Amino acid sequence: MTSLEAAKTIKAKFGELISEPVEFRREISLKIADPQRIAEVSSLDNYGDDPRWTVVYHLRAIVNGIEIRLKTDVNEEKSELPSVIGVWRTANWHEREIYDMMGIRFSGHPDLRRILMWEGYPYHPLRKDFPLAGKPTDLPGVAFTRVTPMAGGPFVTVAGGNDSIAREPRVRIPEEDEVELNARVEARGDNKAMRGQAVGPGPIKKQ
Amino acid sequence: MATVQDIEIGDSAARSAQAAAELQDMQGEKMVLNMGPSHPATHGVLRIVLELDGEVVTKADPDVGYLHRGDEKIAENMTYTQFIPYTDRLDYLAPLANNVAYALAVEKLLGVQDKLPLRCQYIRVMCCELARISAHLLGLGAFAMDTGAVTVFLLTFTEREKIYNLAEAASGARLTTSYTRIGGLMRDIPPTWCAQVQQFCDEFEVSLAESETLLTRNRIWVDRLRDLAVVSKEMAINYGLSGPNLRGSGVDWDLRKNQPYLCYADLEFDVALGSVGDCYDRYLVRMEEMRQSVRILRQCLQKIPGGWANEAHEPVSIPDGKITLPPKQKVLSSMEELIHQFMLVTEGVNCPPGEIYFGHENPKGELGFYIHSRGGGVPYRLKIRAPSFINLSILGELMPGCMISDVPVILGSLDFVMGESDR
Amino acid sequence: MQAQTEQTEFGYNSKIEGDVVLTTVDAALAWFRKNSVWPMPMGLACCAIELMAAGASRYDISRFGSEVMRFSPRQSDCMIVAGTVTYKMAGSLKRIWDQMPEPKWCIAMGACASTGGMYRSYAVLQGVDNIVPVDVYISGCPPRPEAVLDALMRIQAKIGTQPILQDTVIARALNLQGTSNK
Repeated sequence: MTSLEAAKTIKAKFGELISEPVEFRREISLKIADPQRIAEVSSLDNYGDDPRWTVVYHLRAIVNGIEIRLKTDVNEEKSELPSVIGVWRTANWHEREIYDMMGIRFSGHPDLRRILMWEGYPYHPLRKDFPLAGKPTDLPGVAFTRVTPMAGGPFVTVAGGNDSIAREPRVRIPEEDEVELNARVEARGDNKAMRGQAVGPGPIKKQ
Repeated sequence: MATVQDIEIGDSAARSAQAAAELQDMQGEKMVLNMGPSHPATHGVLRIVLELDGEVVTKADPDVGYLHRGDEKIAENMTYTQFIPYTDRLDYLAPLANNVAYALAVEKLLGVQDKLPLRCQYIRVMCCELARISAHLLGLGAFAMDTGAVTVFLLTFTEREKIYNLAEAASGARLTTSYTRIGGLMRDIPPTWCAQVQQFCDEFEVSLAESETLLTRNRIWVDRLRDLAVVSKEMAINYGLSGPNLRGSGVDWDLRKNQPYLCYADLEFDVALGSVGDCYDRYLVRMEEMRQSVRILRQCLQKIPGGWANEAHEPVSIPDGKITLPPKQKVLSSMEELIHQFMLVTEGVNCPPGEIYFGHENPKGELGFYIHSRGGGVPYRLKIRAPSFINLSILGELMPGCMISDVPVILGSLDFVMGESDR
Repeated sequence: MQAQTEQTEFGYNSKIEGDVVLTTVDAALAWFRKNSVWPMPMGLACCAIELMAAGASRYDISRFGSEVMRFSPRQSDCMIVAGTVTYKMAGSLKRIWDQMPEPKWCIAMGACASTGGMYRSYAVLQGVDNIVPVDVYISGCPPRPEAVLDALMRIQAKIGTQPILQDTVIARALNLQGTSNK
């Protein structure tokens, strides 16, 4: 499908929202009738799928409130997308944030540098393979990070997740459950340390 | 042995010529000034790297991220209800409004926005408007204090204490309320709350008039704000501004009127618009918005279903066990409610896979939530469209050309909050 | 030569003592210091709003002598860290702490400043005591202004019993030994 055919298809679909395609220097231009502005740009990490990134643009027309969501996929090897800063100046900071958080580069962006984390931070935090607790870094004199103690949290049961089996008591069979067995042994040990006698439920004797 | 030294002093003309020649070398040198993250006038932790030519700013590069706490990553690990306290801390001047915005976004994802009980909608509107007054008051107070008018700060904080009393009576906390839940509210308002709101409205109008006499026609205030940092309509739209900043430039866009949610369609109020787009216009828009909020509050007090004390026990949450927690008596006696309670608490509200974007008219602008859900009680991606983040991006364009003493004025007139900007 | 190790608060009863006050120099200096603690408000996030409310009319921190909220570290005594400290901000915060002249104290206001609060994430420093020595921790999210005033009173109690003369140059010059109760 050539560009002109694609443009004509879009025009046929959207009717009077889109102007007639104009060809100039072998480039096709389509104009959206009402002045659109970006409400926001966000990015998605489809971890495990290919293409890995999806960049989502939310557009809205001030005049009549029409909202459009544009999505585009980017695969991981390329990790690059042309910048829309020439059309909407507000995309400047949106794209910087996506670069900072996800690592997708925007070609044509005048000043693509990190915005929320500091210059020189080596990771892209919102990627699914980056842990919430963070990874240690060391930029002496500028910034450092340590791994945050999560203390077993966050305490959310995701259905079918690894931790749901450990959390849901109905699934645990005390005689075979490592956690339960260890807990009983530890409880006896604690009681011995505190009170001098090992009271409490001891290890379950298998029949 | 004393030494004698001959010093030659030319006449004054020669000396001034020499000084002028030396000055010529110094002119054209620009100074880079760091308006650091810890600064009284930056309304939080904002760093601006200013390039100055004497007193005139030639370049301004804002550096945000000093309060980036990783909210969006945290949201991917929390159920929808567990994330509500984090929304309080976004725009911490108006936490009730953030709560309502987030709850409405998740309810849009669930498809139950129109099933909200009417009493719940009116209470949410009242909370939003109180939050709007609270946020504008603090913005105004801090703005005035930065330009030197310190009295206004104390006046506005006195009124904000009354709003804190109201928030505490409704939710239990002054500042970080976490009042809404998915599908409704945490609890109904106490029976005396509406009377307190009415008393507040009466007292507030007097106090607002007092602040106005101090500022609006004050020669110094007008001189400092007028014709400063003019934002044209096109520039405002192109840079994605929203809220009073957008309306100060004359763009008639208020989400409460153009894309009404809750019961705003049944309420009468005007939208304040500026004409020039300078700092003075933005200030006037905020003052007028506060008056309109009082107007909305009075209408809600008249129209609230169930009356002030809710003798008829109108519900304030959707009575669906899959969305809101069932009443405790039923939980302890009936199996179905017990299971609902268990599932809601451990796994969260089960949202269908899909994605939505919902924008809410927050005091600072349009607070939007883009939720991409792949089923279950935990969002796959939650993006917060922070109005302060977008509003700050225009700084690099606005500041060059103004004097350094205009910088706090511009920052105050844009009225941003770093908690929201950095998330 | 041993200086006295027991420090007393400044006590003065005009009915008994009349117009002449007899006390130790330490107690008098400590009394001056504790009633004019100038805070350096490191207002970072939501706790800063409650700190401002503590400084406003209803809770009025100036009753305690702390009205002068100096944003210049060189002129302040007590740094109140109010809000979440991110790793990006930590460097600036430490630098400002170093710029404050001795004697200085630090209040960690709120859960985020004390331990990182509810933000257990990659970007948040889990407690400001990782980089500055904290004297008083205030719990709360955000703590009420009354809690801030309570913390200030605790700092004042700490300052009130602090031996001062023993740490001065004169004392060192005269070779006064004594326990320094910092």
